[in-house]
Amino acid sequence: MTTTQTPPVIPATHEPLLAVARSVAGEDGVTVSVFRDNVRFHVVPGKVLAVLKNLRSECGLDMLIDLSAADYLNYPGAANRYGIWYVLESVSSGLRVIVKTWANDPEPRLDSIFDVWRGADWMEREVFDMFGVVFDGHPDLRRILMPDEFVAHPMRKDYPLRGEGERHNFLALSREQS
Amino acid sequence: MAERGIPVAVEHEPYDGFVVAKLDELASWCRKNSLWPMPFATACCGIELMATGASKHDIARFGAEAFRFSPRQCDLMIVAGRVVMKMLPVLQRIWLQMPEPKWCISMGACASSGGVFDTYAVVQGIDRFLPVDVYVPGCPPRPEQLLQSVIDLQDKISRTGTVLGREFRGRGQPEGPRSLRTELDAADQIVAPGNFRTSTRSWSLPTVNDRPRA
Amino acid sequence: MGLTLADAIASPEIADRECQWTLNFGPQHPATHTTLRLILNLDGEVILKATPDIGFLHSGFEKLGEHLDFNQYVTIVDRMNYVSPVANEIAWHHSVETLLDIELTPRCKMIRVIFGELMRIHDHLLACGAAALDLGAFTAFLYAFNQRELINDINEWASGQRFHPSYTRVGGLQRDVDDAWINRVRSFLKGFLPAHADICRLLNRNRIFIDRCRGIGVLTREEAINRSVTGPVARASGVVRDLRKNRPYLAYDAIDFNVVCAQEGDCLARYLVRMEEMLESHKIISWAIEHLPGGPVNSDVEERMVLPNQLSVYRSIEGLIHHFELNMSNRKWKPPVEEVYASTESPNGELGFYIVSNGGPEAWRARTRPPSFIHFALFPHLAEGHTVSDVAAILGSLNIIAAELDR
Repeated sequence: MTTTQTPPVIPATHEPLLAVARSVAGEDGVTVSVFRDNVRFHVVPGKVLAVLKNLRSECGLDMLIDLSAADYLNYPGAANRYGIWYVLESVSSGLRVIVKTWANDPEPRLDSIFDVWRGADWMEREVFDMFGVVFDGHPDLRRILMPDEFVAHPMRKDYPLRGEGERHNFLALSREQS
Repeated sequence: MAERGIPVAVEHEPYDGFVVAKLDELASWCRKNSLWPMPFATACCGIELMATGASKHDIARFGAEAFRFSPRQCDLMIVAGRVVMKMLPVLQRIWLQMPEPKWCISMGACASSGGVFDTYAVVQGIDRFLPVDVYVPGCPPRPEQLLQSVIDLQDKISRTGTVLGREFRGRGQPEGPRSLRTELDAADQIVAPGNFRTSTRSWSLPTVNDRPRA
Repeated sequence: MGLTLADAIASPEIADRECQWTLNFGPQHPATHTTLRLILNLDGEVILKATPDIGFLHSGFEKLGEHLDFNQYVTIVDRMNYVSPVANEIAWHHSVETLLDIELTPRCKMIRVIFGELMRIHDHLLACGAAALDLGAFTAFLYAFNQRELINDINEWASGQRFHPSYTRVGGLQRDVDDAWINRVRSFLKGFLPAHADICRLLNRNRIFIDRCRGIGVLTREEAINRSVTGPVARASGVVRDLRKNRPYLAYDAIDFNVVCAQEGDCLARYLVRMEEMLESHKIISWAIEHLPGGPVNSDVEERMVLPNQLSVYRSIEGLIHHFELNMSNRKWKPPVEEVYASTESPNGELGFYIVSNGGPEAWRARTRPPSFIHFALFPHLAEGHTVSDVAAILGSLNIIAAELDR
């Protein structure tokens, strides 16, 4: 989330990727940050689907390694509440890039990348379950880990670690009942 | 037992071919040496349970090697691993499906108390919702500890067992720690509405929709 | 009828017809090993549609990761893929050390390599043994568990706990290993090859086992990449990708080993890849245990990342201050306010952690990239068109670990 003051040094291997991303999302649509060996493209939410599609088809980043999110509520220097990241890798060259985007309350929404990678299916469902980010275009966006009737999104920062008492609410069986 | 119309074992003249014993003790003796465990293995403890069944530790030495995955065939439930909100109705259902007499071993810290997982999803000890006979500490317990718990349970069966399960009668109240729900404020006593078609989850408890909103 | 099976699967109205029936599989079922549930729509015993239902072991690992510091969370990470605990610890601390930019000592790297490969053997033994068990071959399971017991003893000797060692620390290890441990590893290595050959003899030419595995659950290379599959499951489908080679971490770039791959992508190929990988791991450990460097296992005291030893705490003011700083809840580490993704090749596939740090000793977000979760999403794709009895073969070959699946 933080951007350093000096422009980051982009590895030469990632220059063509950045060119492709900028050709889709525009010069302002993509900012870059580099930390250790991670190169991150911050893409505006509306363009992320197109950027990912083009990175896959034109740059050979054929594998979606990871898709998840974080809640940046009260995070130092954060402007948006939910950050969603896509870790992409090229199987043949091992090139790796992280595409980041964001969403905000009250209705966090993003385009689903289900059609680009089938592997995104359950990962998007998990993000929906844990953070409540809705992925438009996902064919089967249901809760995956929590029970269907659960109402909260437990990985949000305003949800307490110990829950709101849901875990205590079951019938107790006695010896005679059983 | 005589008053319930069941003949009491009568003492015979002791001679070859007959054993004279109290029927209760005889039944308990049979039961304790042929426990059929139902491995309710959810997590890490389940692997140690498998190790207990494997050749080095060999639970067959204690007559409890006949693991059956059908609750109808079992009389000992070993709950190995943490039980979470989504799993507890399943656990209770399986417990209700087991025929009497039956016993329960809570294996490991997670099953007994929630262990390190004091989080929104994990039930803080199955004994709040089920009767438990033997607790095994450890995370996970060593196979030797599980074997000791089987021995302890055998001891308990031989001390308290009766042929008709009289020891279970009249125990209509849950005997574990009180449900934490009662310790919460009324406003916090929420549940997710129970719409599992087959669950044993309570329908009478308040749901999140009934919760007074600020 | 004139309908092929593929037509029946493709058309939803046929799949919903009255003659089909639904079978509930799990969450408590012997072939699921742990807790997962499948809803199978069947025509006779052919699976038309499989709907996995998971979350029966969701325990909030990632939420806990936001409340425990980098060393405490190791105990939780251990319990994630509980058939190869140290591999998870290595992956977690690999990410933390990437965030904090710590360079490990050569000895620590090599010990972690040995543990990582021991865990690979540990995991694959269970995966192969349990897969065989589900297909009716009980003896292979017993042979596999005998070897697993020896690895548990090695764990116990090094750390004190046989099952969840919690052995790694930020920038080092809980403690150094001794000569007795090295001898234990050596004797394990000596006994492992005959045991491995025994399992191979039981299964590799076993007609029943092969008939139930060959051609079942075929995953093509394209689908494997499209569906984010990694590890032995991907390598059995011809995806030549092993993070130990592609992005070497620890001391893997100095070690000579082969990446095991297959072309078929069926259950048998996955089984064979795992069996062969155990031999490669054996080779790695044999080399590493003879080339174990000397020196300390913890990174330099000056970096103030690892607890100092007892002597320097009692004898020097720097050691005492350092010890105090690392134990006070409001001090500890000062990572940059940044985020990092780093991953390792765990026995099941790519196990990565995405850590978001807000500058405190706990992670702001500790996302796990769980291979089992991604592999289980494959299940409908693999199972549809096969029969109910193949469910056990496919589940066994994917090696789904529920705690990693649900976290």
